[in-house]
Amino acid sequence: MIKVDEKGFYGKFGGAYIPEMLHPNIEELRNNYESIMASPEFQQEFQSLLRDFVGRPTPLYFASRLSEKHKAKIYLKREDLCHTGAHKINNTVGQIILAKKLGKKRIIAETGAGQHGVATATVCALMGMDCTIYMGSVDIQRQRPNVERMKILGAKVVPATSGSQTLKDATNEAMRQWINNPVDTHYIIGSVVGPHPYPEMVARFQSVISQEMKWQLKEKEGRENPDLIIACVGGGSNAAGAFYHYYDEPLVRLIAAEAAGLGVTSGKSAATTVLGTSGILHGSKTLLMQTADGQVVEPHSISAGLDYPGIGPVHAHLFDIGRAEFVAVEDEDAMKAGIELSRLEGIIPAIETAHAIHALQMIEYKSDDVIVINLSGRGDKDLDTYIKWGGY
Amino acid sequence: MNRIHYLFNHKKERVLSIYFTAGFPNLEDTLPIMEAIQAGGADIIEIGVPYSDPIADGPTIQDSNMIALENGMSLKKLFSQLVGFRAKIRIPVVMMGYLNPIIQYGMEEFCKKCQEVGIDGLILPDLPMQQYLDEFKPIFDKYGLVNTFLISPQTSENRIREIDSNSDGFIYMVSAHSITGAKTGISEEQIAYFERVKAMNLKNPRLIGFGISDSESFSTVSRYSNGAIIGSAFIKKIKDAKNLTQDIQEYIQSVIK
Repeated sequence: MIKVDEKGFYGKFGGAYIPEMLHPNIEELRNNYESIMASPEFQQEFQSLLRDFVGRPTPLYFASRLSEKHKAKIYLKREDLCHTGAHKINNTVGQIILAKKLGKKRIIAETGAGQHGVATATVCALMGMDCTIYMGSVDIQRQRPNVERMKILGAKVVPATSGSQTLKDATNEAMRQWINNPVDTHYIIGSVVGPHPYPEMVARFQSVISQEMKWQLKEKEGRENPDLIIACVGGGSNAAGAFYHYYDEPLVRLIAAEAAGLGVTSGKSAATTVLGTSGILHGSKTLLMQTADGQVVEPHSISAGLDYPGIGPVHAHLFDIGRAEFVAVEDEDAMKAGIELSRLEGIIPAIETAHAIHALQMIEYKSDDVIVINLSGRGDKDLDTYIKWGGY
Repeated sequence: MNRIHYLFNHKKERVLSIYFTAGFPNLEDTLPIMEAIQAGGADIIEIGVPYSDPIADGPTIQDSNMIALENGMSLKKLFSQLVGFRAKIRIPVVMMGYLNPIIQYGMEEFCKKCQEVGIDGLILPDLPMQQYLDEFKPIFDKYGLVNTFLISPQTSENRIREIDSNSDGFIYMVSAHSITGAKTGISEEQIAYFERVKAMNLKNPRLIGFGISDSESFSTVSRYSNGAIIGSAFIKKIKDAKNLTQDIQEYIQSVIK
């Protein structure tokens, strides 16, 4: 069973390594999230927003030309069709309702590429809540359109100027600001990372992905279980959502595509399960890219959403026990896979997602296997990167 | 007897602890800074172990961590500098650091080294009490290290009692809803919190930190506690120091005067 224990651990990984100043906040969440999420009022509001605001259920689309090319039955779970363009909003809708039920007045969040920031700014606008997004200065420069989207939605975007000035530092800054404003503020973490209960809570909000896959596959294939599920992993929220209801189905192979960057041995990589060792980052014990002295190493990926030195503790556990297979996809291969999907299926994927598409070429499977690729986001936000790369 | 216990047995008021980041401003400043802190008249030295991602610290200490790491500071280096420091330093010395570098070094090896060089206690801000009790307390005890927990204005009375019963040195009272170095001046709300905790009659002495920078703030918080911890303000001083040893001594004397 893949299940978080009472102390917030998945096997060896997880927990809540937080400064005492955040203890009351984490305790409040831990004591309340399950009962709030189980309440009929919460579920009613959550389900109706997922349907009418996010646009769920998202289609499970049979990709016939991609299937023909790669000789398998390939379905795409179309999270790219969610409002704001990625799966991220499943979690922000859930967390903002939770924040309201906890009586919070302000929302803070971190963002890397800006997708989670936009998804957070969107639900804050929807609920009329004050919203501040922390974003690394470097990311603010390279993700300008998303910065403007957040501002249009009424959010304040604050640059994180410390360290590498990317996602890791934006997360540090959001945690610091939560310490500074602990009473009226909820921190919406965007991935299955952070102190317990965040990894489990975010996974549950994203688990709607695999929940829908089950009945959609039943309709299309006459069975709930595919043979393989492929998803990209930065922190790992879309993968956690796509795997969630299949953790305990051992015949379903779970494939996680990490970002190899310029290559796992190049020194410019974000392939955490290859390069990482057990450590503590952002409040949980997980696999982490670090020096022998325990200093966190700057990752690299062409995709800002995978540019993170850690991985959610549940994924570290899936890796540790061999439940999921991890592949490391290089920048160049991901870009080519993005173009391939665009040409074969008329879908320009987010570059994060393109890593999952390329994973098809790195694993063994049979021609009658049913494969679901979680198409976590669309590529509109990545046009600049596609243009700069230029190989099309 | 542990030097921290000895100190608080003999001094109940206006105890001053000074934090600095090891390796800042220069790699080899560790011992000169410690000697100057003692010579200036402070009661406890807190050595900060630099970390790439210090989530409880504001910009001043973040920058000092970054520079210290660029200078080449590491736990290995720090322990090599600390060998023999007890020949010169008689006051209690506490190590403050985030968990990850210490866990990579090895908690047991770290504690053993601390004992060998003459460290008296630890402050690990991202080590929660439960994890401490479950995993590390026997190791700390084995090597005679006193552990210090933090509390903040948000910490409930029950939790403070629990922390008090699991502490055996002093309690670090974070003065406000704040990371280090974020706020200056002491508000009425903070005073109410100091008084509330004072009235709890805890068994452990209390030092107040975060936002203490000068003689006025030191004297104010000392009325409600056993003393104070200065971190960011001290880092700012040594960052701009012309004569490191002399400036440190003058600064500390100006605080405790």
